[in-house]
Amino acid sequence: MTDIAEARAAALALEPLRPATPSSGFASGTLASLRDIVAHRQLLALLVNRELKSRYKDSALGFVWSLIRPLVLLLIYFVALGQFLGAARQVPDFAIFIYSGLTAWTLYGEIIGLGTQSIVANAGLIKKVYLPREVFPLSVVGSALFNFGMQLVILVTATLVAGRFPTGSRWLYFPLSLAVLLVWGLAIALLLSAVNVYLRDIQYLVEVALQVLFWASPIVYSWKLVQGAIGGTKWEAIYLANPVTLVVLGFQKTFWVAGDGEPFPPQLGARLGIALAVGVVLLWLCQRIFARLQANFAQEL
Amino acid sequence: MSSTTVVRISDVSKRFVIRKEKSLKERLVNFGRSNLHKEDFWALRNVTLDIEAGTTVGLVGPNGSGKSTLLKTIGGIIQPTSGKVHLRGRLAALLELGAGFHPDLTGRENVYLNASILGLTREETDRHFDAIVDFSGIERFIDTQVKFYSSGMYVRLAFAVAIHVDPDILLVDEVLAVGDEPFQRKCLERIRGFQHEGRTIVLVTHGLDQVAEFCDRAVVLEHGVVAADGAPREALRVLRADFEATRREELAKAQASDKPQTRAELAGVALRSASGQTGRPALSPGETLTVAMQVDAATELRDWALGVGITTPMGTTLYQTNTRLLGLPLPPLRGTGRFEFTLPDLPLAEGDYTIQASITQTDGTDVHLVPEAAHFSVEGNSPSLGPLRTPISFATL
Repeated sequence: MTDIAEARAAALALEPLRPATPSSGFASGTLASLRDIVAHRQLLALLVNRELKSRYKDSALGFVWSLIRPLVLLLIYFVALGQFLGAARQVPDFAIFIYSGLTAWTLYGEIIGLGTQSIVANAGLIKKVYLPREVFPLSVVGSALFNFGMQLVILVTATLVAGRFPTGSRWLYFPLSLAVLLVWGLAIALLLSAVNVYLRDIQYLVEVALQVLFWASPIVYSWKLVQGAIGGTKWEAIYLANPVTLVVLGFQKTFWVAGDGEPFPPQLGARLGIALAVGVVLLWLCQRIFARLQANFAQEL
Repeated sequence: MSSTTVVRISDVSKRFVIRKEKSLKERLVNFGRSNLHKEDFWALRNVTLDIEAGTTVGLVGPNGSGKSTLLKTIGGIIQPTSGKVHLRGRLAALLELGAGFHPDLTGRENVYLNASILGLTREETDRHFDAIVDFSGIERFIDTQVKFYSSGMYVRLAFAVAIHVDPDILLVDEVLAVGDEPFQRKCLERIRGFQHEGRTIVLVTHGLDQVAEFCDRAVVLEHGVVAADGAPREALRVLRADFEATRREELAKAQASDKPQTRAELAGVALRSASGQTGRPALSPGETLTVAMQVDAATELRDWALGVGITTPMGTTLYQTNTRLLGLPLPPLRGTGRFEFTLPDLPLAEGDYTIQASITQTDGTDVHLVPEAAHFSVEGNSPSLGPLRTPISFATL
């Protein structure tokens, strides 16, 4: 045996034996999973990069396309709902109002929609290499955040152009809402991406569900209208139990300066705080379910 | 020096459930009866193995014997149904070259991505980048999208990344079977380098010669069970015997189903050396060997040929011929016939050899084939390696 070989064997002898696959124990595996993901953070960055680079590769406009879609949506809603149906007359700064909600919703929809497909889409890799599989839904979150960042720039620019730039303590709603959105989005994406491996119908179900949920949050209509229709009933409580609704309201609270006189649900901050706490627990639960289900990914794909 | 276990596989079993339905509708419709639509398949059963640091282990076996599943279990890609796999050190799995290459990214971007997937940090990739590109030999195209690469360039780049990963344990699955010959030689050279550096290699392959050449140890899997484990020579013998048994089974099945077929067998093969030794003769260099065969033909044997061959214990054929090749047509045979081949002045160096015997028909079908009909050895001390003995002279010019 050569010197290098002996040195290697000696170094290996000092290492403890470790299990080849992460523990799927419900509580015990959490830390190991986290450590595994952190160890692969460079890979995560590269995967995000890959998603972004490959998405609009070879198109002349490139990233501009990811901005055009929400802007066109904005235009449609602004013209059809705002002008023709007259919503703009009841809602001051209607464009900014819609775009605040739309920005939040696009991020949420992208995380869940693409996140659900992320494991199946990366089947080739999952079957051939061991990686903590959480990196695939996480990389979707990363690339979605990038798009979100660009939309946010447009939104902030719009508030500047409109002369109503958000200032002061209203900015507190923003990080809180964003945190709720990310935690819930990631939790659902993790769960659904794992279930989708076993039941491919999930990805189509998600598309439909996202369309329904879009209208279940006050994005293109105002909270005032909801209050007028179901205010004080148990439906209102259910409506407000939707974390995305709270997030959308939180975004509007931040960026829609003209809406200061408009009604908002009471204790929005506290509600967001509770949603965040519930979301964190949910995220942990979903990650553990994911860890359980991922054991058989390689053979089910 | 005591050896260190780097892979410990303890009592690993893996069950695959084969479901015949996938969609929600099918599951709902068949709900309750779903057990009818399931089938259990044990890919691995109670496999226990310890692999020491610095060894090269070949996993061999027929198709569907669980080789790849075992490799994936070691790699953590598949979790065993029961049992545990423990590892020591850094592991890299080369189950597919270029896993994770994205066609829309450039060669450079893919190198970083693939290296990261195989466990290199960014700094390490930076350090090795020039060497990787150099090894792949495609400097000119490194900033071109991978989708424009020829398949050869693709594989070269993928392999260049793979060999610059610095694993303690390397899992290799058939990937050596790609590329042109110079490239394959490059691969194998690199594997030898890895062995020299004391890395542990677990290799799944159908190339039994590769196992004989590279491995210190071979594990034969059959229906998910370890059938043999030990020096490549013994393990391969078990495997070849199995293949032969399977072949004979198929032959029997074909004979049972087909229209009346020629039935004949080699009832006995005996060796005799010029010095009169029989059984398992030990020849002196250049001695003459006689191979006597008895053929029992239950039905009339027509258009047939009797064959003889010499193989090494690893199964490499050194010599093979039959009466048809020799231009000696045999008359039809019914009942028992005795025949004899004489191999004068065998030019073999010292070592163990195996005699192979066969009855074939001139249309190419095997009637009976005995891969290990008899054994003999050659004694002596020729100043050379390899099975061939030849006179040699040397001169300085």
